[in-house]
Amino acid sequence: MILPWQLRDLSGGAGAVRLDGPTDTVAAALQELRARHPGVYDRICTETRELRPHVNVFVGREDIRWTGGLQTPLSEGSEVVILPSVSGG
Amino acid sequence: MPDLPVGLKAAPGDVILMVGTTKGAFLFRSDGSRSGWDVDGPHFPGEEVYALALDQRGGGARLWAAPGNPFWGAMLRRSDDFGATWSGKEECPVRFPEESGLSLNRIWQIRPARESEPERMYLGVEPACLFESADGGSTWTPVAGYLEHEHREKWTPGAGGLCLHTILPDPRSGDRMVVAQSTGGVYRTDDGGDTWRPRNAGVRAEFLPDKHPEFGQCVHKVVHHPARPERLFLQNHWGLYRSDDWGDSWHDIANGVPSDFGFAMAMHAHDPDTVYIVPLESDGFRCTPDNRLRVYRTRDAGASWQPLGDGLPQEGAYETVLRDGLDTDDAASAGVYFGTRSGKVYASADEGDSWALVREGLPPVVCVKAAVVR
Repeated sequence: MILPWQLRDLSGGAGAVRLDGPTDTVAAALQELRARHPGVYDRICTETRELRPHVNVFVGREDIRWTGGLQTPLSEGSEVVILPSVSGG
Repeated sequence: MPDLPVGLKAAPGDVILMVGTTKGAFLFRSDGSRSGWDVDGPHFPGEEVYALALDQRGGGARLWAAPGNPFWGAMLRRSDDFGATWSGKEECPVRFPEESGLSLNRIWQIRPARESEPERMYLGVEPACLFESADGGSTWTPVAGYLEHEHREKWTPGAGGLCLHTILPDPRSGDRMVVAQSTGGVYRTDDGGDTWRPRNAGVRAEFLPDKHPEFGQCVHKVVHHPARPERLFLQNHWGLYRSDDWGDSWHDIANGVPSDFGFAMAMHAHDPDTVYIVPLESDGFRCTPDNRLRVYRTRDAGASWQPLGDGLPQEGAYETVLRDGLDTDDAASAGVYFGTRSGKVYASADEGDSWALVREGLPPVVCVKAAVVR
């Protein structure tokens, strides 16, 4: 899982986290991330386990909005990229 | 990125001015004269800071801040060295239960509880709810009677969001507290938070077909004085009101103001009859009337109001002061402070009789809090 630079002080400086647990969906991968780096997870997801509105998640180059949302399937070696959207003022 | 803040060096008798903006928090310090100000900031650069507080109960001096990031969510942080370091960067300790279906959008108010309860604190948040802590702010839980309030599904957000922005504990009773939210209006508990009754009789809701509903009013701010806590002053979305009975009834006190629309309201620290407001022209043109920047003060509990503009721009001033953008300190000659959406901060060291610019060029100001260091 590739983390944006804004969250790397919450991951001990790591820009990428290798998740070896049962991560067959993006949702499962995020829960695995939560166990490793709860502060990073807290910035990505709300209390209701939904993505924050201005956080984008890609599997490879595909935005998960169009591939099943948090239930988007992952396979061995999948790369999940977390990025903030371009919204804001 | 801006220079890293280093914190303030503050001593007893100094005045701390905490300014929250849409792009970070700025801390100011002055000696008791309040004639010159050191500045430190921005703290939390790039993040909105709608709530700040200095908690000095129990002999301490703890700064609280609620930075919020439009991408990464809200956070609550504290500092015991006037901003040199801030704790609490990991998980936000303020969380709705997952089963509630709610998620924290913004912290609007940080309120230390009564002097006799130095470990108890309250938060007002969006979506509208009251949180409490019994361990000095380490852990937080939503007040169940408010979280599960039967009106919740009918509360609707104003332009700023569905925010609980006012928290007024009764200094004489641990069971009574008044809160206010926009929209929704005023609610009061008399049983320690188990139940909350709407207390809006007499407060108009101009934007609804029924102008006097039981709840649903767009109350912008409520203040009271600890020496006379049952008397409440209310700045409404159209309307200035006073209640002498903890909100059971309200009556109009818009006597001599250019507009009864506005957001900000602050209580004098020593005089229960003195209140400050900053009227705005209308909800359609949310700028100071007649292009003049004036604070209004009543010294007789709302029977009359006087404009205070000495030292403030009196032409070309299209200014807006938001609900938490006005505050007072408790120095012997009370200081009054406000910040504008155009990034200006003004201070008065003589109870509002004259004003001086503290700083301009800040991001839009959304919160101003002042305190004398004990």
